[in-house]
Amino acid sequence: MRDRATVEARILGVLRPIVIIVLLVATLFPFLYMLLLSIRPIEQLLQDPGQLWIAPAEWTTSTYREVLTSVEDGGQGFLKFLANSGMVSIAAMGLTLLVSIPGAYAVSRLRFTGRRQVHFLFLSVYLFPSILLAIPLFVLFTRLGLRGSLGGLTLVYIAQTVPVSIYMLRNYLSTIPESLEEAAAVDGYSRLQTLRKIVLPLAAPAVMANALYVFMIAWNEFLFALLFLVEDRADWTVSLGLAQLSGGIEVSKTVLMAGSVVLTLPIVILFFAAERLLTEGLTAGAEKG
Amino acid sequence: MKSLRQQENRAGLAYLSPTLIVVLVVVVVPILWTIMLAFQRIRLINLRRAGVFGEYTLANLETVLTSPGFWSSLWTTVVYTVGSTFGSIAIGLVAALALRGRFRGRTLVRASILLPYVAPVVAMTFVWTVLLSPQFGLVNDWGARFLGWDRPIAFLSQREYALDLLGWHVEIPLALLTVIAFESWRYFPFAFLFLLARLQAVPADLEEAARVDGAAPTQIFRHILLPQLSAVIALLCVLRFIMTFNKFDDVYLLTGGGAGTEVVSIRVYEFLTARFDVGAAAAQALVLAAGLVVLLIIYLRFFAPKVEE
Repeated sequence: MRDRATVEARILGVLRPIVIIVLLVATLFPFLYMLLLSIRPIEQLLQDPGQLWIAPAEWTTSTYREVLTSVEDGGQGFLKFLANSGMVSIAAMGLTLLVSIPGAYAVSRLRFTGRRQVHFLFLSVYLFPSILLAIPLFVLFTRLGLRGSLGGLTLVYIAQTVPVSIYMLRNYLSTIPESLEEAAAVDGYSRLQTLRKIVLPLAAPAVMANALYVFMIAWNEFLFALLFLVEDRADWTVSLGLAQLSGGIEVSKTVLMAGSVVLTLPIVILFFAAERLLTEGLTAGAEKG
Repeated sequence: MKSLRQQENRAGLAYLSPTLIVVLVVVVVPILWTIMLAFQRIRLINLRRAGVFGEYTLANLETVLTSPGFWSSLWTTVVYTVGSTFGSIAIGLVAALALRGRFRGRTLVRASILLPYVAPVVAMTFVWTVLLSPQFGLVNDWGARFLGWDRPIAFLSQREYALDLLGWHVEIPLALLTVIAFESWRYFPFAFLFLLARLQAVPADLEEAARVDGAAPTQIFRHILLPQLSAVIALLCVLRFIMTFNKFDDVYLLTGGGAGTEVVSIRVYEFLTARFDVGAAAAQALVLAAGLVVLLIIYLRFFAPKVEE
């Protein structure tokens, strides 16, 4: 038995670093490839697609210039798309928090009729394909003339993120000792004051994580943007803009890679800035199985 | 005392009401409406006349169930979902086991491999499309250069790929496998996160005792770690299955639903945007949701309890 243990331990000792390296390459390489392609002149790429590294002297920033300059000036107008994405994501983030903080507080702290059913309702929201929601919303927005409006899109995003948001916040809020709130009540705080002055400051990390998570979902979303915004270029989000332009042949691949970098970079920065917060918020409760 | 209870009840509902309103308006009502739309002959043109008291009919369901390619697309969806669910959880498990112990730069490595999951789907599908492109993709270029491929492989637009393995001649569904690979790549970090969190909660003395007794790593995994992980794995199976079954954007962006990768949600989209047939689209989406419910019931009824043991 001991032999098997030592042999296996030795094999795994070799295997483990290899697995780690393979995983790292598999996950990071596409990002690196994206970055490297975005600074290559297109002729160079077509000539030698297999070459990864080119000398810094050959690097070009014209791709980024083309992606970011406005359509009137002959570019692809991604600055406008970035502004649209930013607006929708920040609005979705703020409104989701506004709606879900009291909701999460209610679910975690207050006993009320229908508390269990609420849980079931949120769970079933996930069961339904978003394409199922998309149809009536598509119809409804067409009727109301909201199709092609960023406001309508924001509303859809809030509905998509509120259940996750409540789930994440509830897990955190239930770790805050109830005695603190009782003490506040004794001091004459109203429930709303307690929520604002005691609970919220304590839950700040969870709220932050949640805010970033909502922002990321809204920033990355594609289907609803495609359905609601596709008709008017001025309304496109970055995701939609990139997908629409990649279909055409007139925009070169290196320019689109620059667009990909522009789309991805804000998320990568946000993620690394708040990585611990985010992963802990996501997996809260996973340890319990 | 009773009034305090009532007060709490009222406060609870008041605090929750904004959430309920949003979910009701943008989720529940639309779902109910889809069900109504599915049983009415509605196209985008006659939409204005459609109402709650329209003419109800089973025609949409019939159109959907008898339309060419429906059953094959349902099958494709199942294969795609099972493959991607399994792939992402398997890779996630390997990753969680490999990154469990201490080593230098562990935090950075752990964070880095989460990137495919958090990055925007449009950018990720686009990078893969370029990487795998037969004209200017790195994979095909290197394949020709280092692996001796005699012609480029169109990973995303070739339905069948003839493979000769030791005299065996097999046709593999190339595009579908590529899409499954993408999905596994993109979502393994999700499984990894949950599995790692659970692994870290496994009591250390349990493993220590086994090691002292001379248990081999595979035995420790089999008899100590796996039982601890089974509940999370079961949960991940359900979550990933639901999410992949409904997936639209990944497949749509990679292949547009071509080359044998037409999953049901793409058909719904086609009905809606290419034919403007709202009724048929709704019926099709309903079939998708119903299929999911049936599969979940089968899973929960027959498979979930075994994993729990």
